[in-house]
Amino acid sequence: MSTATDKHHPQLAADFNRDEPRVNWHDETLWWVRAKRDMAAHKLPEWELLRETASQIKLNVLSNLSSYLEQFEANANKNGIIVHWAQDAAEHNQIVYNLLEQRGIRKMVKSKSMLTEECHLNEYLKEQGIDVIDSDLGERIVQLANEPPSHIVLPCIHKKKEEIGDIFHEHLGSAKGESDPKILTETARQHLREVFLTRRAALTGVNFAVAETGEFVICTNEGNADMGAHLAEIHIASMGIEKIIPERKHLGVFLRLLTRSATGQPITTYSSHFSKPQDGSEIHLIIVDNGRSVQLGREDFRNSLKCIRCGACMNTCPVYRKSGGHSYHTAIAGPIGSILAPNLDMKKYADLPFASTLCGSCSNVCPVKIDIHDQLYKWRQVIVKEGYSPKAKTMAMKAMALTLSSPALYRMGGKTGRFVFKYAPFAVNNKFNPWYNQREMPKAPDQSFGEWYAKRKGAKN
Amino acid sequence: MRVALFVPCYVDQFYPQAAIATLELLEKLGCEVHYPKNQTCCGQPMANSGYEHLTGGCNSLFVDNFSGFDYIVCPSGSCTLHIKEHLHADGKEMQAAEIRKKVYELTEFLVDVLRVKQLGASFPYRVGLHQSCHGLRGLRIAQMSELVADPFSKPGQLLNMVSGLELVTPGRADDCCGFGGTFCVVEEAVSAKMGKDRVADHVSHGVQYITSADLSCLMHLEGILRRQNSGVKVIHIAEILNNSL
Amino acid sequence: MSRDKILAAVKLNQPAALPLPDMDVLNNLTNVRTDLVTKYKTVATAGGTFVHEVNGFDKIKAILKQNFRPEVKIISALNEPSDYIYTDTVKFEDRHNFADVELTILRSNLGVAENGALWLTDKQIGSRVLPFIAQHLAVVIGKDDFVPTMAQAYQVIGDADYGYGSFISGPSKTADIEQSLVIGAHGPRSLSVFILS
Repeated sequence: MSTATDKHHPQLAADFNRDEPRVNWHDETLWWVRAKRDMAAHKLPEWELLRETASQIKLNVLSNLSSYLEQFEANANKNGIIVHWAQDAAEHNQIVYNLLEQRGIRKMVKSKSMLTEECHLNEYLKEQGIDVIDSDLGERIVQLANEPPSHIVLPCIHKKKEEIGDIFHEHLGSAKGESDPKILTETARQHLREVFLTRRAALTGVNFAVAETGEFVICTNEGNADMGAHLAEIHIASMGIEKIIPERKHLGVFLRLLTRSATGQPITTYSSHFSKPQDGSEIHLIIVDNGRSVQLGREDFRNSLKCIRCGACMNTCPVYRKSGGHSYHTAIAGPIGSILAPNLDMKKYADLPFASTLCGSCSNVCPVKIDIHDQLYKWRQVIVKEGYSPKAKTMAMKAMALTLSSPALYRMGGKTGRFVFKYAPFAVNNKFNPWYNQREMPKAPDQSFGEWYAKRKGAKN
Repeated sequence: MRVALFVPCYVDQFYPQAAIATLELLEKLGCEVHYPKNQTCCGQPMANSGYEHLTGGCNSLFVDNFSGFDYIVCPSGSCTLHIKEHLHADGKEMQAAEIRKKVYELTEFLVDVLRVKQLGASFPYRVGLHQSCHGLRGLRIAQMSELVADPFSKPGQLLNMVSGLELVTPGRADDCCGFGGTFCVVEEAVSAKMGKDRVADHVSHGVQYITSADLSCLMHLEGILRRQNSGVKVIHIAEILNNSL
Repeated sequence: MSRDKILAAVKLNQPAALPLPDMDVLNNLTNVRTDLVTKYKTVATAGGTFVHEVNGFDKIKAILKQNFRPEVKIISALNEPSDYIYTDTVKFEDRHNFADVELTILRSNLGVAENGALWLTDKQIGSRVLPFIAQHLAVVIGKDDFVPTMAQAYQVIGDADYGYGSFISGPSKTADIEQSLVIGAHGPRSLSVFILS
C-alpha cells in the first residue's frame, strides 16, 4: 500500500497538525519509547563502545560487500537454502509470485518486512489474485485499515485503540465499542492462528544474514515469523543486500543494540536463527538490490546502508513525532527514510531532506552511528544542484548571497530596509507570512548593533 | 588577547542588546575586543537551504573580516558551528582553516579559554535553559541526553555562578525548538508546534525567563510567547552573565 | 543474470576495504560473572517470565501439576521418565497436529543474564514449531548455564552446527496497540523457567 498522494511533507504535516490533541498524543507516545530506549542504554556502561563496534563492523561489511554476499550465498546453498537475486522491486515480486505459482499456492502469510513494503509486494500479489495476510499485529491492523505502516517498528503507532476496535469489529467480529488492547490482541490471536495453520507459504523479512555460516536471523516479539515459517511448506525470506554481517559472533553486538534502541527491551522475545530447512520444507531467500548498490556508490550517503531498522531515529525526531509517519509518503519514514528515499527517486522525495531542523538527535541515538543529520544537509545540496528546488527559492537565495557578500548592500536602507527585514522569513508582519500564523515577529530596535557600535566611544574596528 | 566579535546578522539587527552584553562581558573579563564592521553573515541561511555553493562571496568576506585575531567569539552556537564546519574560501584556505580553529561560541569561550570561575553577576529569577541543538550536538557545549556519558553543561556551569538565579530543568532536557532556519516557514505547522511544546514545557516548570546560547531559538520561542501574551520572557545568556557585573 | 549484475555493481561501488574491529575489549569488559542467576531472574521477571529455582525434576513436575490439568496435551523434551509426550516420538508428526498443545517443556544449556534469553536449537526442540504453537512454554536450565551477555553467549555457541536455533526471552508479547503491553500475542501466553541447582 503506497500513500497515494501528490502532497509533500509540509502539506501532509500541516494536515496531521489540524488535530492538535492527536499530535500531542502521538508525540508523547513516541517520546515514551525514546525514554525507554534511554533507560535501556544507560544500563550498559559499554553502550557507546557497542555503538562504535557495530558501526565499524558495518563499515567493514560495506567495504567488502561483494565478497561477503558470495560467501553468504555459498554457505546458504550448502545449508540447503535456495538463494535468488533480484535487481529491483519488480524482479523481487516476480520471484515471490513464481514460487507460489509453481506450487499452486494462492494464499500466503507474511511477517514484518519493510523491504516488501518498499517493493509494494502486497499490492502486486493482490493484482495476481494472491491473498496475503500480514501477521504482525500492527501490520495486520494497518492492512485491515488499508493504510501503509507509519513506523518501521510500530506500524500502527498513529492509530488509537478505539479506531482499532472499530476496524476489528468490522473485519474480525469483535464486539462493537471494544477497545481494550488485551481483548483486541486476543481477537487477532484467534484470527491469525487459523491463518498460520492453513497457509502453505510464509514470507518473512531478515534482520541479519551471516556470511560465515549462511544462516539468517529474524527478531520478533510476537513469534509470528516463527509461527508462519515453521508451519508452512515454503518459507520465503526477503533481504536487502546490506543485511549481511561477517561472522556469527557479530550477532552478539547487533542483538544487544537492536531492541534496546528500538523499544528499550534488552532483546526481542524471539531471535531465531534459520540455517537449514526443516524436513519436508523449503527455504528460499531473495537477495534484493533495488537501488542499494547505487547508494553504495554515493560516497556521502553510502553509510545509510549501515541501518539495522531499529526506528530509534524516528522516536527521537521531533519532526517525526509531530508530523506522523505518513507525512513522509515513503515506506520508511523519519530521518533514516529521508536519507534513503532520495536515492530511489530524487524528484519525488526532494522534500524529505528538508523535513528536518538538523537538530542531530537522530545521529546520537543511531546504534550504528549513521551521520543522519549530516546526510540530510548533504542531500539538500545535491537536490538543489540537480535542479529539484523551486525556482523562486533559487532566485531569493541568489539575491541573498549577493547582499551578504557586500557590506554596503547589507547596511543599505536604514531600519526598514535592513537585510533581515528583506530576507528573513519571519520579518513580514502579515497573514500571508507563515511565520506570522502562530508567532509574533521580533520587534525592530531603533538601531542595529553595528550602528550602536559606530557611535561608541573608542570603538575598535 | 585580541578577540574579534562575530555578531550574527539577525542578532545585529533584532537583538543588539545581546551583542552589547557579549562585548561588555568580554571586555570586563580582560579581552581586547574588536568588531570588524564589514561583517555580514556566516552564510548558514543559504547553506542549510541547499545553496552552499552560493556562499563563496560570503565566506570570502568572512575570512577578510576575521583573519589575524587570537580568537573569534560569537553569541550563537548555530553560526559558530556553521563557520567551524563549512568555512572555506578559494585562495584563502589557510586563513579559513585558522578561523575554523579559532572560532568559539561565547559560553565555551568563557569556560574553555578564559576559564571563568566567578562572574559577580546577579539575576534573581527562575530561569529555564534552552539547549540549542547546534550548540549542544554540534559544538558539544553540554552533554547530550542521547549519549551514555558523563553529564556537563558549559552554559549551566556559568548560570550557576549567577547569584539569585534559579536554574530550572525542563521535562525534555534538549528537544529541538523547531526554528531550523527556513524550516520555520517551509514546515510552518511542525515548526510552530515544536516551539509551542518547548514553551509549554518551560512554562509548566514555572520559569520567568527562558535563556539560551542561541538567539535564533529564543527568537522563535519569543514569537510564540508573545502571541500567547505570556509573561515569560526570553533573554540571551550573555545578558544574564553581564547583569550587574 | 541478476546475481552477476548485482555483484558487479556492488564491487564497483563499494569503498576500499576497512578492517573489522577488535571484539576482545567488549567481550572482556562485559565478562562479569558475579551472581548471574540473580541478574537473570531480575531481568527475566521484568520481561514477564515466571522463574523458579528448583532442586530436582520432581519439584518441576509438582509445580507444573498445580498449573496444568492432567488431561491437557503436554510435550516434553526432558530425558527424565515422565508422564508427558516425549519430543522425539513426535518429531516427524505433521506439525499442524500440535495446534492443541497446551504446554511444551524444553531443556536449554545456555542462558543470558543481561536479557533473559535462553538458547534452544532444533536438537533440543524437536519439531521447530513446538515452542511457538504451545499455549505455554516451560524451559529447564542448570544454574551454571548462564553467561553475562550475548558476547559470551556467542562464544559458547561458537561454530555449532544447527539447522535452527532461537533465543527465547519471555512469553510472546506485543505492544502494537497504543504501546500497551499485552502478553500472549501469537505464541505462548506464559514462559516458566526452572533453574536447576
